[in-house]
Amino acid sequence: MRITTHAERCVGSGQCVLTEPAVFSQDDDGVVTLLTDRPEGPAAEGARKAVFVCPTRSLSLMED
Amino acid sequence: MQDGNPAWMLTRYEDVRSVLADPRFSADRLAPGFPILAPGQREGLSRQPKFMLSMDGKEHNDARRPVISEFSVRRVATMRPRIQQIVDEAIDELLKQPQPADLVKWIGHPVPAMMVAELVGAPLEQQPYFRDLTSRILAKGVTWEERFEISKTLRKFMDELIQSKAENPGDDLLSRQIIQQREEHGEVNFEGLSALAHLLLFAGHDSSAGLISLGVYTFLTNPEQRAAVMAEPKERIPLAIEEMLRFYSITDIGAARVALEDVEIGGVTIRAGEGVIASVYAANHDPEVFENPGELDLLRGDRHHVAFGYGPHQCLAQNLSRLELEIVFETLFRRIPTLRLAVDVDELPFKYDSVVFGLHALPVTW
Ligand code: SF4
Repeated sequence: MRITTHAERCVGSGQCVLTEPAVFSQDDDGVVTLLTDRPEGPAAEGARKAVFVCPTRSLSLMED
Repeated sequence: MQDGNPAWMLTRYEDVRSVLADPRFSADRLAPGFPILAPGQREGLSRQPKFMLSMDGKEHNDARRPVISEFSVRRVATMRPRIQQIVDEAIDELLKQPQPADLVKWIGHPVPAMMVAELVGAPLEQQPYFRDLTSRILAKGVTWEERFEISKTLRKFMDELIQSKAENPGDDLLSRQIIQQREEHGEVNFEGLSALAHLLLFAGHDSSAGLISLGVYTFLTNPEQRAAVMAEPKERIPLAIEEMLRFYSITDIGAARVALEDVEIGGVTIRAGEGVIASVYAANHDPEVFENPGELDLLRGDRHHVAFGYGPHQCLAQNLSRLELEIVFETLFRRIPTLRLAVDVDELPFKYDSVVFGLHALPVTW
């Protein structure tokens, strides 16, 4: 699984960080950043949820 | 709606989410066809600087972007010690009161008011005055005229505060915005900052007060669930908060939109110029998405509810709100384990008459 971000759409709600802190973080401007783009195990599950809760669809997921 | 025009009401989770994230729907409260929920809404809004809440697309993005770092998960976490102090002081005050005491008056209103005062950097000596104004503007029984007067006084307070920050910046949100604006544009957008300060006040105060009082009420009336939550407060209070947010979904007012073009939603065509209310409450009770949605289960742990809205307008300060609630509940029940309702549940004045749900009063003893 691979995660990509569309930072230009991010509104900094932090939903991704709250949902899966092992994968997502926010930079000094409050915009989403990735700690890894290939999460595995429980982090992959968390990342899937984060993609779903993001209010601006700023995250996308590609299955390998 | 108040102006006699009909509006579409969306109740399915999927439909609510798709409309709130769709740029073909406008959040501009002055746009033709926008659903009018409260009498005087349009007149009132046309007389003040535009709120972020009412902006679309690039304009909204440009207004929101500079502020989001203030509410990032990391930044909010650094506020914990100060929030703890605010909450402890409010509980000290509550404990000094004769019993029964009103939890809304001593915790529900002052804690969020102090939080806003802290964010905007109101000087310490002015905080009691500020807290008094914000509580009065939202109190029950205040007439429309009085509310207007208090609102003018608050506006003056904020505008003077912004002016003094511009002359003498400190370490607070408004000062940081001022410094940033000067660096980027060479000047300060006073009108924009005034709108921002008001948004923080109005969005942050009533809703937080509502959730604090509903939350305490929920814990007091569900002793078994409360015991389960408090057995592991660190992990479980956050779960309980998500469930309270979902279950009460205290506001629908932020989720009105107007269609800018013809759009098909859930098999129905909504025409350009027609108003839409995306019911956050109904979405959060959609049985397709939440199992037994009418049941309050504090350990449910679903965080994909839309209580903070959805789309680019999703509540900016939601993580601050979560932290504030967490600290209030943890501290209150740790410090006053004998807290209980002082009246029967059917005597409690719930705010059925308000756009933001909550309680007008919550008499407690301990
Ligand atoms: S959930 Fe979406 S909008 Fe919110 S911070 Fe993460 S990427 Fe940005």
